[in-house]
Amino acid sequence: MRAQFVMAEIWIGLRRNLTMTIAVIVSVALSLSLVGAAMLLNSQVNQMKGYWGDKVEVSIYFCNKSDQKDVKTTPNCASGEATQAQIDTVHGQLDKNPLVQKVYTETPDQAVVNFKKQFPDSPLAPYVTASSFNNSLRVKLTNPALYQEVASQVEGQPGVAKVDDQSAVLKPLFNLMNTAQWVALAIMVIMFGVTLLLIVNTVRVSAFSRKRETGIMRLVGASNFYVQMPFIAEAAFAAAVGAVLASGMIAVGKYVLIDMVLKKQITLISFIGWGPVISVMPLLVVIGVGMSALAAVLTLQKYLKV
Amino acid sequence: MIRFDNVTKTYPKQNRPALDNVSLEIEKGEFVFLVGSSGSGKSTFLRLILREERPSTGEVHVLGKDLAKLSNWKVPHMRRQLGTVFQDFRLLPNKTVGQNVAFALEVIGKPRGTIKKVVPEVLELVGLAGKQDRMPGELSGGEQQRVAIARAFVNRPMLLIADEPTGNLDPQNSVGIMKLLDRINRTGTTVLMATHDQAIVDQMRKRVIELDQGHLVRDQSRGVYGYQH
Repeated sequence: MRAQFVMAEIWIGLRRNLTMTIAVIVSVALSLSLVGAAMLLNSQVNQMKGYWGDKVEVSIYFCNKSDQKDVKTTPNCASGEATQAQIDTVHGQLDKNPLVQKVYTETPDQAVVNFKKQFPDSPLAPYVTASSFNNSLRVKLTNPALYQEVASQVEGQPGVAKVDDQSAVLKPLFNLMNTAQWVALAIMVIMFGVTLLLIVNTVRVSAFSRKRETGIMRLVGASNFYVQMPFIAEAAFAAAVGAVLASGMIAVGKYVLIDMVLKKQITLISFIGWGPVISVMPLLVVIGVGMSALAAVLTLQKYLKV
Repeated sequence: MIRFDNVTKTYPKQNRPALDNVSLEIEKGEFVFLVGSSGSGKSTFLRLILREERPSTGEVHVLGKDLAKLSNWKVPHMRRQLGTVFQDFRLLPNKTVGQNVAFALEVIGKPRGTIKKVVPEVLELVGLAGKQDRMPGELSGGEQQRVAIARAFVNRPMLLIADEPTGNLDPQNSVGIMKLLDRINRTGTTVLMATHDQAIVDQMRKRVIELDQGHLVRDQSRGVYGYQH
């Protein structure tokens, strides 16, 4: 009986306040989808950091035959292709360096296999041969930030054509994503503020339009909880609907932006799957309902006194 | 039942107190008229009993409890033992007569079975048997006030407070309402009624408390309205 009665009161309140309820639902949906987007962006960044962190960070290319003709860009290779002894010397030095975690060798033959595996659709694949590649060492560092110290040790050694910091290539990308995260966070804070004001106002209007009912409730001795619950439940219900919409929006967003567009255009990056998206959804519902119920409780403290 | 000990109430930004050092006691089972012109402090007196206001100084005891010591969350429980009736009826226009009375029970969490049983009983008591499914707008003023009394009385309160219950009614309907309040008083419920209705006070010959500009100027058993004027 009580539950049924309370549900009926909530329904009346939502219907009576329909335009405001819609406004609350839309603004909760927007701010929560930003929360969700920021969270997913964060897990995307983390996933990329993990993915690239497992990869080699510094590549050392040795001179091959063609480098000898191109003395301008590779002055170190004037004496021709690097000898196995030169390669072993560099390898030995790196093994002793405490900053180096692991050294892999990649021969031109292996490079061809790797290239074909990584870019099977590339139009160049059938034409790639061992002569297109250099002998190289791939070095994994204990701390990628100290790249420069390792590079300076190896650069200029006989037979070394070029030292590449692969993480430098990724740095702008990470910077971009970090910025995007902050922007999403800032918009989110503003949207949260607007949403809270809207909820406060809606609850206030709702409390005002039912002054007669609440007045009678107080007279006959309804507990504060009983008087306030329909209003809190109304706000929570609107927020829950908004959270469900937000969940739908981030699901559609992930499908369209990542699966349909980015995944097809950028094959180098591993994108987040559905796991993080689905785990964000219940969180959005909890945040939305909690925030809006709290706003309602605080508003009612002021507008529905004993 | 009700005791005022040197109660003074001054509203913020007002020089003159609405009630000035009022002391009195109302016993269980009494029928008391509260009279006085507008602004004499009648409403403040009633609001203090309902604990909608707190006294500036002095103590108000209702049903044996010092209201100053009653914590906020206990106030609803105290109000369940009081019934309240107003001049403007305060019915919910979109609910039927039966639903209006049931509302008072629903919001304090009474079980459905009890509500189904008690509502027709109390409607019969106030003389509205069979009108359970009518809307308040279809009833006369006197009948609407009977609904309000039924709602106030459905919990069998110890004390019934009526603020000008006949203020909007013609003399004939007023007499009907007074007979009803008298019957309720005979069941043992204390009745405190604020009124301007001279004919009723003179006819009933009950205790009369008169307030004038916040002062208690008369407390007379079996009194009449215009004693001093």
